[in-house]
Amino acid sequence: MTREVNVSEITEALAEMCIKANHFLSDDMKAALDKAAEKESSSLGRDILSQLQENLDIAGKDMIPICQDTGMAVVFLEIGQDVHLTGGNLEDAVNQGVRKGYTEGYLRKSVVNDPIIRENTGDNTPAVIHEKIVPGDKVRITLAPKGFGSENMSRIFMLKPAQGIEGVKTAILTAVKDAGPNACPPVVVGVGIGGDFEKCALLAKEALTRSTDGHSPLKHIKELEEEMLERINETGIGPGGLGGHTTALAVNINTYPTHIAGLPVAVNICCHVNRHVSLTI
Amino acid sequence: MEYRLNVPFSVDEIRDLKAGDKVFLSGTIYTARDAAHKRMDESLDKDGSLPFDIKGNVIYYMGPSPARPGKVIGSAGPTTASRMDKYTPRLLDLGLLGMIGKGKRSPEVHEAIVRNKAVYFASIGGAGALLSKCIKKSEVIAYDDLGTEAVRKLTVEDFPCIVVTDPEGNTLY
Repeated sequence: MTREVNVSEITEALAEMCIKANHFLSDDMKAALDKAAEKESSSLGRDILSQLQENLDIAGKDMIPICQDTGMAVVFLEIGQDVHLTGGNLEDAVNQGVRKGYTEGYLRKSVVNDPIIRENTGDNTPAVIHEKIVPGDKVRITLAPKGFGSENMSRIFMLKPAQGIEGVKTAILTAVKDAGPNACPPVVVGVGIGGDFEKCALLAKEALTRSTDGHSPLKHIKELEEEMLERINETGIGPGGLGGHTTALAVNINTYPTHIAGLPVAVNICCHVNRHVSLTI
Repeated sequence: MEYRLNVPFSVDEIRDLKAGDKVFLSGTIYTARDAAHKRMDESLDKDGSLPFDIKGNVIYYMGPSPARPGKVIGSAGPTTASRMDKYTPRLLDLGLLGMIGKGKRSPEVHEAIVRNKAVYFASIGGAGALLSKCIKKSEVIAYDDLGTEAVRKLTVEDFPCIVVTDPEGNTLY
């Protein structure tokens, strides 16, 4: 049996999600910031973390976006193979949702029409859309508005298999150290390991949408997440890059099988305004 | 140390600032980011003009989110300063004395800061809702077609910054 879903439902859902994600951080991110503020040993670092907490309160109370960079809208769609989409073109519906959310929600329009000509499209479209066909008759939407201060500091490393796990660790640390104060620490580090060139980048972005209070179900990857978080926080970059223990709030790593000749590693860095919301239709 | 400073300021007024000092700025500052810097650079090439008097002034690297009705401005935190590095030494040599942003600067900018006894401040990245409370007036004065990237004249009160690079070239990061 197929189930009909009108794409206008996706438009309406996304419009609301854009506004919600840019004003209210998810509970896991808030909890991670609160925990960091309690543990931070640098007084300037504590000062900055408490201002970030205050910023979150003001954003929600006065409906001012948490950060002025309300991001490029990254939209993940998991579409059940038993769903029949009706009412128009899916990608048009997604972009209409982004257009509506960013216009009605007083969010910043940060997208240019062409990377070279660079004229602002005026409505934050188009979104970056990733579609996946999955079993079932539901549509799951995840929206992750991505700021570019941190996006610009993200990296891909095509390692050799012989570099192994030590090479992976060095790659992650290199990306975070090079990002330093530019990426608005404390950051969340999304890592993709495996696949091919573009698959590992997508894994890294998907890893950023995972909750910051969980771990990979794979034992060796969970251990790698824990070790990397500890080592990143030993760099001393700290909140705002002004020194301290809290450089990252979480390291989330997703993996995929890869080729006998390769070990791709992507490090997608997100600032402390790591926005992600999901909804199932 | 903690200071309160009025903008515009003179070289003498910022001489004692040291990397790591907290400074609260009040007065008039101007916003400009990537696209506005490119336009200003082209304007200088063409006829030597700039959309505002740059002497003793401060540029805030910031593109706000839109103001809700009845509000002065939307979210208004700093953007990464290094993207403006290509254009900055020329502006410093013309009299710009302060910049507010976040992140590291190039060696060329560093030299130009020292040469002109200027200062580079950081404000807190990702605290745009909080920082917007210090902005009392906002007016687009140039390049309106650039949207969020237009040049804005802001009136600020006790806008919190940290000195990253002081006039002697000491750097916090």
